[in-house]
Amino acid sequence: MRVALFATCFNDTMWPQTPKAVVTVLERLGVTVEFPLEQTCCGQMFTNTGYAREALPLVERFADVFGAYDAVVAPSGSCVGSIRHQHGTVARGCARPALAERAEAGARNVYELSELLVDVLGVTDVGATFPHRVTYHPTCHSLRMLRVADKPLRLLRAVRGIDLVELPGADQCCGFGGTFAMKNADTSVSMGSDKARHVRETEAEVLVAGDNSCLAHIGGLLHRQRAGVRVLHLAEVLASTERDFAADQELGAVASR
Amino acid sequence: MSGTFIGMPAFPVAAREALDNAQQRRNLQHATQTIRDKRAAVVDEVDRWEELRVAGAAIKDHVLTHLDGYLVQLEESLTRAGATVHWARDAEEANRIVTALARETGTDEVVKVKSMTTQEIGLNEALEDAGIHAWETDLAELIVQLGRDRPSHILVPAIHRNRAEIREIFLREMGKVGTPAPEGLTSAPHELAESARRHLREKFLRAKVAISGANFAVAETGTLVVVESEGNGRMCLTLPETLISVVGIEKVLPTVADLDVFLKLLPRSSTGERMNPYTSTWTGVTPGDGPQQVHVVLLDNGRSDALADHVGRQALRCIRCSACLNVCPVYERVGGHAYGSVYPGPIGAVLNPQLRGTESPVDKSLPYASSLCGACFDVCPVRIEIPDLLVHLRTRVVDEKRGGLPSGEQLAMKGASWMFAEHTRWERAQRGAELGGRVLGKKDSIGRLPGPLSAWSDARDAPIPPGESFRTWWKRERGQG
Ligand code: SF4
Repeated sequence: MRVALFATCFNDTMWPQTPKAVVTVLERLGVTVEFPLEQTCCGQMFTNTGYAREALPLVERFADVFGAYDAVVAPSGSCVGSIRHQHGTVARGCARPALAERAEAGARNVYELSELLVDVLGVTDVGATFPHRVTYHPTCHSLRMLRVADKPLRLLRAVRGIDLVELPGADQCCGFGGTFAMKNADTSVSMGSDKARHVRETEAEVLVAGDNSCLAHIGGLLHRQRAGVRVLHLAEVLASTERDFAADQELGAVASR
Repeated sequence: MSGTFIGMPAFPVAAREALDNAQQRRNLQHATQTIRDKRAAVVDEVDRWEELRVAGAAIKDHVLTHLDGYLVQLEESLTRAGATVHWARDAEEANRIVTALARETGTDEVVKVKSMTTQEIGLNEALEDAGIHAWETDLAELIVQLGRDRPSHILVPAIHRNRAEIREIFLREMGKVGTPAPEGLTSAPHELAESARRHLREKFLRAKVAISGANFAVAETGTLVVVESEGNGRMCLTLPETLISVVGIEKVLPTVADLDVFLKLLPRSSTGERMNPYTSTWTGVTPGDGPQQVHVVLLDNGRSDALADHVGRQALRCIRCSACLNVCPVYERVGGHAYGSVYPGPIGAVLNPQLRGTESPVDKSLPYASSLCGACFDVCPVRIEIPDLLVHLRTRVVDEKRGGLPSGEQLAMKGASWMFAEHTRWERAQRGAELGGRVLGKKDSIGRLPGPLSAWSDARDAPIPPGESFRTWWKRERGQG
């Protein structure tokens, strides 16, 4: 199977280890990954801030670059949500009905990582090992826009050595919300602080989610608090194997007791 | 235009103040969590809840697309039943009509059952200016009125107050306007309720005029419906000689049978009850029984403007259950006052800019008062896509600003869009980030940042860009795409 990777602009620049991890996992499963270099950004930030006209060229570019693929994967619930749920609306709002149809048709083949693995490839055990105490934050757009339900959790449960603990108030928004984090910084931080407190309550070593933007927000708060909790994208946990942990087997044994 | 909360600062400013009020935050968190759990439990009992939601939305959409016809039918039915119908384009006109009707009776006081519509138009203040006292008779409304406060929740207007605060308000204020609170009043709920009951009873028995809203208005029969929990509504609707009901034009339902769906959806969504304690229906005048003068003021006040917006009109489906407030993480933290309207929370964030326009600072900022988490849509009994509406209204706010001197944000967005439109431009920009990452080297994050970025870094550390982007790595490792 051939799958095109949409790295997302944010991951491409700030968290290259996440798309790299997607490549690792998919290739381990025998999938051929392509990375069309003409890709840039899905336009989510523009759309959600009210700049539909500025998002339009990016909607068109996305349709041009990815329209021909049978499957496209992106390691970001919110970007996939925007592509699936908003690209058509943006095009229609800018009086481009033909583009809207093309974008919507293309969006049907775009999957968030856990959807591609579980629904398309039919895999829950991706052969990962991650011997640490982990808690999982479901992120609003994965949960309510994409309805990925428990797919990420099923993938995590199949990881060897993992000690997966429940996050209190998991379905509560972390308060990132794109430009909301800047425009309503006080409210955003208040929401994020509650999320960070719940993460600490779990005594997890690692907080996992499917969106690096939410993780940057929660992780930024945890880091400022010197909480000693790492944040990691789901893809990176799924990419980890025994070999990565050969050196710290002992730590793993302690953490997963 | 609503005169109620005019002059409010933009949402972020009002929110900051509210966030500093620790007592209010605790009260809100406790109250919303309690209602949230109750609602979830009773909704889970209903097998076909989703089908009910779909039915509710469909009925409302049908009415909204044929509103002109149904309103004429409603007027005919009401008139046939002995009621007098008045039409009000805006708040001012509605207040003028109601004030004149009350004056004609020669009274200087009216009793009121909680009505969002009359709060929206600032009726109490208009009556007060005309020398007529309007007494709110719902417990929570009474608390707000006596405390010279503003409501901060659709259903529980005094949600931001706790029992100790309520006791103080009762002791201090009740005596000034009627039967005082008993001297040894404690903050036990039954004592507070009893003192309110005694204070109100005197007013009910004396009042010649009552003012209400309506949850639903049935076009076929001219029947108005009020749903409530304390029985004060029933007292207002039956005791006085004159009843004046102010009803938003979007409240119409075609037939009595349609009530079936909404009387299931509403109490479960709002108070987490299977059925509300009191459902009062009245159809015009019944000789010798109840009010002998019935007036219905049908209010537009921006609703036609909302109706003209094909995306935005779904906000008019709202049945004011307040479920969206109770699940909203933003509302839970800042409370209702920051929204600058009697309609707070997620529905307020989309309804107010549609009813009032997007000129004032608060109405411009409301569509942004959300993290777009989507919890509001999941609970809305009439499936209003609030997150989509918020984005739609943000686009309206942005588009209205176009053409003048561009703001910093506009320039940034235009610049970024230009950059992303060509991957070669984007790659050039990325190389800057890579360079920055290499300069910052081994640090794992950045502390405080200057300028507008301080909005991020005041409380959160920022990640450092890596020395190599994914794209650069891919090209190096795998050659071309
Ligand atoms: S928008 Fe929906 S959930 Fe919110 S008050 Fe209206 S009907 Fe209830």
